[in-house]
Amino acid sequence: MSSPATQSTDDVPYTVVVGLEVHVQLKTNTKLFCRCPTIFGRPPNTQTCPVCLGLPGSLPVMNRHAFELSMKTALALNCTIPHFTKWDRKNYFYPDLPKGYQTSQFDLPMSEHGHLNIFSEDDEFADKQIRILRAHLEEDAGKSMHDEADGVADSRIDLNRTGTPLLEIVSEPDMRSAAEAKAYLQELRLILLYLDVSDCNMQEGSLRCDANVNLHIDTPDGTIATPIVEIKNMNSFRAVHRGIEFEVGRQYSLWKKNKQVLGDMPKQTRGWDEGSQVTRAQREKEESSDYRYFPCPDLVPVIVTDEEIQAMQQTICTLPADLRKQLFDDHQLTAHTSAVIINQGLGFANYFLTLATIIDDGRLAGNWMQGEVLRILNEQEQTIEQFTLSAAELGELLKLIQSDDIDNSKAKDVFAMMMESGQSAADVMAELGIEKVDSSQLEELCQRLVNNNPKIVADVQNGNQKAVGALIGQARNENSNVDPGQVREICLALIEKL
Amino acid sequence: MALTRDDVEKVSLLARLQLTDDELNSMTMHLSQIIQYVHQLDEINTEDVAPLAHTLDITNVLANDVVGECLSRDAALQNAPQRDEECFRVPAVL
Repeated sequence: MSSPATQSTDDVPYTVVVGLEVHVQLKTNTKLFCRCPTIFGRPPNTQTCPVCLGLPGSLPVMNRHAFELSMKTALALNCTIPHFTKWDRKNYFYPDLPKGYQTSQFDLPMSEHGHLNIFSEDDEFADKQIRILRAHLEEDAGKSMHDEADGVADSRIDLNRTGTPLLEIVSEPDMRSAAEAKAYLQELRLILLYLDVSDCNMQEGSLRCDANVNLHIDTPDGTIATPIVEIKNMNSFRAVHRGIEFEVGRQYSLWKKNKQVLGDMPKQTRGWDEGSQVTRAQREKEESSDYRYFPCPDLVPVIVTDEEIQAMQQTICTLPADLRKQLFDDHQLTAHTSAVIINQGLGFANYFLTLATIIDDGRLAGNWMQGEVLRILNEQEQTIEQFTLSAAELGELLKLIQSDDIDNSKAKDVFAMMMESGQSAADVMAELGIEKVDSSQLEELCQRLVNNNPKIVADVQNGNQKAVGALIGQARNENSNVDPGQVREICLALIEKL
Repeated sequence: MALTRDDVEKVSLLARLQLTDDELNSMTMHLSQIIQYVHQLDEINTEDVAPLAHTLDITNVLANDVVGECLSRDAALQNAPQRDEECFRVPAVL
């Protein structure tokens, strides 16, 4: 895909190639190899112990729950779970890594060969499947903060996060644009949220994304590939999109200047600078062999049986892709409404499904969910789980709309009262004196208004349709229960017959 | 397969060791000897031997996800060469 920004007469076509490495902090109470808590935002260095500080003589013990959450996620991503998995030491020196190595997985990861389907809401690209190479369980590093106070250029190290369980999900380089990469990340995040395995908060770093980007350029001598760059520090979906777009432009201009291809230089790491909206060189990336991986002698392998895999498979909830299909096929929701509902999470989607079943009308249920219900939740900063109205109670109100006992706008007033007072739809209606005006009553009322208002009738007859509004006003003064739409329709019909 | 001086230089860089020229020379010799010694294993036919992930015949040692005790901050920081009230202090990193 060619970027319009770089087109000129001597430009040549190229393909963007992107693979993502996503690190997800798993929702455990304790760290991967010790029982220190994993709470975000605690005062520095108050969540450590000899194991996560890497003190000599301490021994790690694997967190069972972290392994289970990883397995659940891997299965939801259609990965296979090998029966045998082990952990390895990835050796490198960095002050936020007190042991001098990260305990990770090298040649026998706990899952591999999965896939995830992406789609574009606005048809920016065709539906496609992105392969997942592997997902492996490893530990997080600590946090370093740069301190330039008093001219002291020290770094300060907080090891609270050290040892927090991370699932690293590595895609194949199957994405062909920044938009595809963003869609992959959004869909992955939604799946993780549905599975309830992570908070997925990109600002707090519980979901982190690195992108490997290069270009395949068609030259007269065949297709060449530019050197691969890994982009780090992208802390939002927008940053992922922008970072990749920037890198594509940068690599293309650079190639035109220096003609360097893959293999001419080592893989480079560049950081996304949100302030300047550019990527900047960080360091030459070590080759895999430079990490001198070897099996961690402190941890024993884990063996998983078929029965355990099947049991875990049973615990997986309905996933966004299945739900999307269900909302479209069974409830005829538009792509937009469907996305709004699904993006609110599994609880919200389940509420919708219950409501839609009760009233047997997906569209009406969908409109109310994305309208009134979502508005109230946002106003009160609540989740659907905290919502005081049950789907059955809301269903009672929507049924009254279906039976024409109440119009949609009046139903909203009733809804507001129900939220405020906790009363049922029927009770609120009784209290407000709302009752259905039967059609003969309504006809009679309209006839009387037409008879008594010759001037308005004349205006309408002279082509001023808006004049009928005055009749609607009078009708509502006489009986607040009338449906303004119906009054308008009947009055216009009567005037026409005159 | 003998190690070259360049190999040793690279490994020392990865290990963050600053070796003098003399040390590099002697280390190249000594490391080569160690590797040659280990290479004796190549003489054994291992075709039907499965790779060993761990010397102990134990698997699935897992702990429950229940919070235990942490060190106090002072205890955690007490051996740090440099520290402040809250953190370890290290030479500036990028």
